[in-house]
Amino acid sequence: MKSNPLSLIGFGLVLTISLCAIFAPLIAPYPDHNGAVVDFLNANKEPSAQNWMGTDLVGRDIFSRIIYAYQISLILGVVVLAISTPIGTVVGLIAGYRGGWIETVLMRVTDVFLSVPPLVLAIAMMGVLQPTLTNAMLAVTAMWWPWYARLVYNIARSEREEGYVLAAEVIGASSGHITFREILPNCLPAIITKMTLDMGFVIIIASSLSFLGLGVQPPTPDLGSMVAEGARYLPDSWWLSVFPGLAILLAVFGFNLLGDGLREILGVEE
Amino acid sequence: MTLLDIKNLELSFKNFKGVTQVLHGIDLSIRRGERVALVGESGSGKSVTARLILGLLQEAHNATARGQILFDGQDINLMKNRDQMGLRGTDVSMIFQDPTSSLNPSFTIETQFYDVLKRRTLSLTKDESFKRATQLLSDVSIADPERVLKSYNFQMSGGMNQRIMIAMALANKPKLLLADEPGTALDVTVQSQTLKLMQDLVVENETAVLLISHNLGVVREFADRLYVIYRGRIVEEGPTAAIFNNPQHAYTKALLNAIPRITGGGLPEIAEETDDYLAPKFTHGAI
Amino acid sequence: MVVLIGVSMLIFVIARIIPGDPARIALGPNATTEQIENLRADLHLDEHIFSQYGHFIADLFRGDLGISLYTNRPVTLDIAQFLPATLELVLIAGIFMILIGLPLGVISARFQNKWPDHLIRVISLVTVSAPSFVWAVIFMLLFAFYLPLFPIAGRLSDIYEIDRVTGFLFIDTLIAGNLTAFGDAVCHIILPALALALSGIGQAARLTRANMVETYKKPYIEMAQAYGFFPSRIANHYAFKPSIIPSLTIIGLDFAAMFGNAFLVEAVFAWPGLSRYGVAVILRKDLNAIMGTVLIIALAFVVVNIIVDLIIAFLNPRIRYSEKAKS
Repeated sequence: MKSNPLSLIGFGLVLTISLCAIFAPLIAPYPDHNGAVVDFLNANKEPSAQNWMGTDLVGRDIFSRIIYAYQISLILGVVVLAISTPIGTVVGLIAGYRGGWIETVLMRVTDVFLSVPPLVLAIAMMGVLQPTLTNAMLAVTAMWWPWYARLVYNIARSEREEGYVLAAEVIGASSGHITFREILPNCLPAIITKMTLDMGFVIIIASSLSFLGLGVQPPTPDLGSMVAEGARYLPDSWWLSVFPGLAILLAVFGFNLLGDGLREILGVEE
Repeated sequence: MTLLDIKNLELSFKNFKGVTQVLHGIDLSIRRGERVALVGESGSGKSVTARLILGLLQEAHNATARGQILFDGQDINLMKNRDQMGLRGTDVSMIFQDPTSSLNPSFTIETQFYDVLKRRTLSLTKDESFKRATQLLSDVSIADPERVLKSYNFQMSGGMNQRIMIAMALANKPKLLLADEPGTALDVTVQSQTLKLMQDLVVENETAVLLISHNLGVVREFADRLYVIYRGRIVEEGPTAAIFNNPQHAYTKALLNAIPRITGGGLPEIAEETDDYLAPKFTHGAI
Repeated sequence: MVVLIGVSMLIFVIARIIPGDPARIALGPNATTEQIENLRADLHLDEHIFSQYGHFIADLFRGDLGISLYTNRPVTLDIAQFLPATLELVLIAGIFMILIGLPLGVISARFQNKWPDHLIRVISLVTVSAPSFVWAVIFMLLFAFYLPLFPIAGRLSDIYEIDRVTGFLFIDTLIAGNLTAFGDAVCHIILPALALALSGIGQAARLTRANMVETYKKPYIEMAQAYGFFPSRIANHYAFKPSIIPSLTIIGLDFAAMFGNAFLVEAVFAWPGLSRYGVAVILRKDLNAIMGTVLIIALAFVVVNIIVDLIIAFLNPRIRYSEKAKS
């Protein structure tokens, strides 16, 4: 099944990063650098044997902070998806199967969200909220569910005419049963693939928000804000920005590879 | 004069399940101006034979072809790539099953004719091409060629597109025309019209034809000789009349019995495959 | 159009709901109660939310977006100053996306499963796996610092004084007849535009490849091959044209997405565009400016979407001729 070497690499990356996130205190060389610790003697040091990726401006080990940042990112992604996917799926199923004015109303609302590029919408939302982790999660969740709604809606609408649905209707199955027990399983491969790819995308959006200062605030470690802090010190203290940036790349790349592999295995169209 | 001579053609495909042998050594020949039919059911290997003649399948990375395909005395498989491609669209051309989907919906008919005519004359101008295409379309009894040339395939009926395809196929005066189930996608009346048209044109141009079909009624009208193919093997060959009057091989008999007759009696059953179908080839004497 | 209204309402409502008094924030901690009251009255902050919205729409139609509490100038003026820089960046990035992404996809499809295909696919995947600011940082390090090929930041070297007629440097430098300045502007825009375009390039390449692979399976491509059309002609024309039409909608969306990513790139390259202004007013809860910026950007993609729809209609013969009767 996993005859695709690239998706194996993806799976490996995701696994590694997840383990890092879960066992962060055990893996990070300097676990307390997670918080508001300062060590000015060691500030702004190049990568070395003691600090593999160097230290930041107040002396914290960047490698450790990246591991903790992964923790934050993954939590964010999981929470956002855990909430927005069910909401979007339900909306999409109802709109796709019921049709009529419900369909029109729900899809119009979805369209409003979908026609604005995700990042702009996120920025706009965070712009009017206080920048905290919770608010960031809220904002991203609020703009995320329409994508699932549209995805599921498209599938549900085409499945509506399929034989097994008509058969179930003839037998007298309730709409609820048809929607959730008949149509939903056919949407699952697409949903799962999208969730995997979305983990990467959420990381991108979240780190972009914090890069601009609109997301997670220091001293909580976050990949985006770490890049932002370091950007002013290019090129001398390059490690401040480059390592967090590469960390983002690695994580998202892993999720993308895994998602692509899943797409092939589960047979979802692009 | 033998135009096309296929000797012992074998074709196999490789996939992760293993090797599938599609053609088990086909022999087939066509003389200049002769009309020959290759008859069989779906999956018998008749379509891949046509594509092998054009050299199309040999490029696929999981296909292995063996044997000789001699065109005008030269083995296609041994030719340089450039020469082999040079035959396509010029000396050998092809008509496909569904005329509308064989034309590109993003380009006008005029543009597609231009590309076809350029195969013979590289330095052809658009105007020259337009004039020639107009003439070609009149030859296939299209009333308003200029308008048709400016149109797209989805604006026209299947019958119209079929005529366009025939015109394109014969535009460069090929020596051999491969017709893969022509007209199958059309209404029966339109189909018989276009076949008649095809017949007139190939007779006029002395074009040899390899007609690939599963429709024996069409074959009977059109072909001088026929080959019956079953599961990658030729099981019977000979003049059309001889085979229709006196089919020898079990499979041929089963095929002929499957033609609905106007005299009634319902649709007969085509027998499930028996070992008789694997009997060796019968060859009827030449005309 | 509905979108525009929807978005503006959404932002408006959210902005008014948040805790914190914009007037107080704007006037600073030393403001007297009286000053705050006056400002609140000016901004209609004490009125019912619907009437606030009414004021907003009324002002909008008069072309008045209010005064920015950040710059103390009319918001329209601020936008006029900063918008062209962002537009220029996004436009050039869009051109890169199409000029680089589409051909990569074509090459990838034509040599499917051979090494150019694998290479391009991996590269495309990498490019979409990082946000634009990461690419911006990497580009800046590699091509401006380590290999000093391009200037580091800004739109134009300080030695050039160009009148800002349209605000578009490409046009203004030419109007001023200063070719070296034009060249300088070009040099300045390449790195940021490329960083901005990179993920769009990857997307476009993957999309084009996928569509072309599907198109290659179509009967009319087999016919083209049977007729011996040259593979390059098939790849670049015959298969290409029917393939891009389904991609155009998504390419349009990617192009619109670049407006958002422009924020990130502008920050890294110190590009004096809408983003720095936008982020600043957001952090200061400068309501007028926020509304103005959001509206302008929303307007920008409605326009982009319309243009994309027009291009699609133009390129797709089926839509052009859908009224024509069958012969």
